[in-house]
Amino acid sequence: MIFEKSVQGRIGVSLPELEVPKSELKIPENYLRQELNLPELSEVDVVRHYTELSEINFGVDSGFYPLGSCTMKYNPKVNENIASLPGFRDLHPYQPEELSQGALRLMYELSSDLCEITGMDAFSLQPAAGAHGELTGLMIAKAYFKDKREKRKNILIPDSAHGTNPASSVGCGFDTIKIETDKTGNVDIKALKAACDENTAVLMITNPNTLGIFERNIVDICNTVHSHGALIYLDGANMNAMLGIVKPSEMGVDMMHLNLHKTFSTPHGGGGPGGGPLGVRDFLKDYLPIPDIEKEEDRYYLSYNRSKSIGRVKPFYGNFGVMVKAYSYIRMLGAKGLKDVSENAVLNANYLMNKLKDDYLLPYDVVCKHEFVISGEKQTKHGVRTMDIAKRLMDYGFHPPTIYFPLIVKEAMMIEPTETESKETLDAFAEAMHKIAEEAKSNPDKVKNAPHVTVTKRLDGVLASRKPIVKYNKED
Amino acid sequence: MNFVPNTEKEKKQMLSFLNINSLEELFTDVNEEIRLKGPLKLPKPLSEMEIVKHMRMIGSENSDIQKYSCFLGAGAYHHFIPSVVDHLVMRGEFLTSYTPYQAELSQGTLQSIFEFQSMICELTKMDVANASMYDGASAMAEAAIMAAKYTERKKILVSRAIHPEYRQVLRTYANTFGLEIIEIGIDSGLTDLGDMESKVKESVACVLVQSPNFFGYIENLTDCVNIAHQNGSLFISGVLEPISLGILKPPGDFKADIVVGEAQAFGNPLNYGGPHLGFMATKEEFLKKLPGRISGMTVDTNGDRGFILTLQTREQHIRRERATSNICTNQALNALAATIYLALVGKRGLRKLAEICVQRAEYACGKIAKLEVYELISKAPFFNEFTIQCSESPKKINELLLKKKIIGGLDLRMFYQELENCMLFCITEMNSKEDIDMLVKALDEVMN
Repeated sequence: MIFEKSVQGRIGVSLPELEVPKSELKIPENYLRQELNLPELSEVDVVRHYTELSEINFGVDSGFYPLGSCTMKYNPKVNENIASLPGFRDLHPYQPEELSQGALRLMYELSSDLCEITGMDAFSLQPAAGAHGELTGLMIAKAYFKDKREKRKNILIPDSAHGTNPASSVGCGFDTIKIETDKTGNVDIKALKAACDENTAVLMITNPNTLGIFERNIVDICNTVHSHGALIYLDGANMNAMLGIVKPSEMGVDMMHLNLHKTFSTPHGGGGPGGGPLGVRDFLKDYLPIPDIEKEEDRYYLSYNRSKSIGRVKPFYGNFGVMVKAYSYIRMLGAKGLKDVSENAVLNANYLMNKLKDDYLLPYDVVCKHEFVISGEKQTKHGVRTMDIAKRLMDYGFHPPTIYFPLIVKEAMMIEPTETESKETLDAFAEAMHKIAEEAKSNPDKVKNAPHVTVTKRLDGVLASRKPIVKYNKED
Repeated sequence: MNFVPNTEKEKKQMLSFLNINSLEELFTDVNEEIRLKGPLKLPKPLSEMEIVKHMRMIGSENSDIQKYSCFLGAGAYHHFIPSVVDHLVMRGEFLTSYTPYQAELSQGTLQSIFEFQSMICELTKMDVANASMYDGASAMAEAAIMAAKYTERKKILVSRAIHPEYRQVLRTYANTFGLEIIEIGIDSGLTDLGDMESKVKESVACVLVQSPNFFGYIENLTDCVNIAHQNGSLFISGVLEPISLGILKPPGDFKADIVVGEAQAFGNPLNYGGPHLGFMATKEEFLKKLPGRISGMTVDTNGDRGFILTLQTREQHIRRERATSNICTNQALNALAATIYLALVGKRGLRKLAEICVQRAEYACGKIAKLEVYELISKAPFFNEFTIQCSESPKKINELLLKKKIIGGLDLRMFYQELENCMLFCITEMNSKEDIDMLVKALDEVMN
């Protein structure tokens, strides 16, 4: 712990001289700070401490990270260099527009690239993450129906949806209605039709859904919802399966967010920063946050002209540094490269799914898209749970998949290999999963007590919640 | 370039394992009628060499502020970033990991978040803090929502001396979450306490004030807290320029209930406004109401210390409809940069840095105010920003300054109709005495 390494009198920076004549502070004494107990370390202490911490962390750069619905693909290093150029990172958000033409151009062009990829008519780049984009979308839905003087209270959400969907809906003051999944892993179209009426504001749908299945009835679903005057919101977290294959606009989607940190390869950073741009069809364009970027002849400028705008959802213009990397990625890949991404992501997922289905229960044995869900249910008879399998994977050098999600599959393991993994890696992962399935039968304790080789053994989450210690204290 | 490692041969092997002949067969479930018929219309793909060239070209259409002498602050601060920060945050194990759901493989991220929370608590003198938020504005909006839920009241009292874009974000959230925003006026660069007192009713959930405020001035937090607490409203204290915490009495010592702020100034680049990072700290009793991720200390099966995401039952992925917030991602890497930065500057460095900022700002302000046509709008104490009234339009002054390679202060007319000819200047350690003297000279010249 950094605080434990502190030695009185050390410092890790060299600061410039005061330069100006020292004057008596005008700040009254009772507004001045008495003590500040930050740690004191030398530069080398700090470097070693955080290098050590990095060594007990696992990223895509360390190995296979098949966290379902998170698209943990390789993040091209060149994009880090590019985003660090002074022409991008040393720009003040309030510097004059004539000194920021490149930045405005980049945002303008990124928006139009995203429009082309999704078929949406306009994008706002302000939202900082997927959940933020979602919230922005629902704010727009609320404003839209208010303008139409329609009191629509309900948001329909399939039971396989990401947890952010219901959380965002309730935050915006809507009620949620859960739509069941049918036996084939698709939205139960009968249940949907029954739930859809003049009180329906929005259907929030994920497609491919979180089982990794492309909704068979997507067109019918969208038509049904539209016939009641409601809107379709697509959670675009799973766009990695659809690049250059199908545009969400063609399905009937009215609004969607993209996760720049998933589909467009900007690094996840241990949980952010991300980017969750929101795209909408023409009839909702005026509701998007302000400012947006417009172009007149060769000049780009910030525009505050959207008459019905819901307002601002972020200071300044969004996570610009993340946009730089996403833009660069799209321009490197081009149309063909993006289609390759989706084709190979889907190939990798189907290959791995079929490699695993002998050892593990595959509840929906159909062609999958970029991810799939298996279950640890077969292993429970040996007393081994999905949590145990996940922890045992660490001993084999892999990051576990998303577990216990989606909620509709018992003992779920949601696996998304992404396109940037090789056949050898997938084979090695399948081999490890096979060994674990064998161990579950022959030596279940080995699995139940995993992990064995990580820096800590299994951590006590119950204790952490019962007696929360959330900051450093000498005695703890 | 598509970053796909598999060769054509390997792809064929995989297809044959699947008993299919082409990739196309994997997409037969996508209805033919909606399938994309031709390729996406995007510019042609670029090699690594070409993309670097292309991006350098776009970057050069901007003028980075290193090329100028820049006096802009207003919520985005230009401070020096020690080389160590970039080197460490660029380590792939940090950069390419995700939310630490699997604690045993994420001890690095979890411990650094724990350290971040601890440092934020120390800086603000609050009991608990979360893992970070999108930015200072969303932290403020989330704090207002939290206060409204806790007090079961709907009115949010907001000082007009808070960053205008934060208030805009707050308004957007309030419209959606059914909260009513009531603004408190400004008096000589400070929140009008009389106005505040007249508006704090029993229906008010919380009172929001930023100190130093948007104009740079230090608010009378003692009085603000007392007024807010009269009717059981919570007091939410905002921090816009966190370097100020190196020298100013922390909000916790004034008995603030929630402290929210922006921590970009700690080791994060300006990035044209993002990514930056917000923070939120509060009292122990509100721990379970806090939105966002929290890293907690625990033990493993051997009894050894470790860290884990804790109190997850507040969060959307467990609680769904009943979550405290819909937040999923925070700004972990930015928080890591802030943590490393604070470890480097430490106790003495942060104080010294704050002193450099305040002394140089004092110097600049004194010199500018001595010029004939420039006047301070307030006599209140400030940290490193101050507001000057001029006899000309700031737009015109800034245009003339720009010719001398100076980016002047922010024209406040952009946000406050009543503040005609007012400019907000910011001074950090990046503005040398020489830069300041040049600014003063130029300001004098442009008026003659």
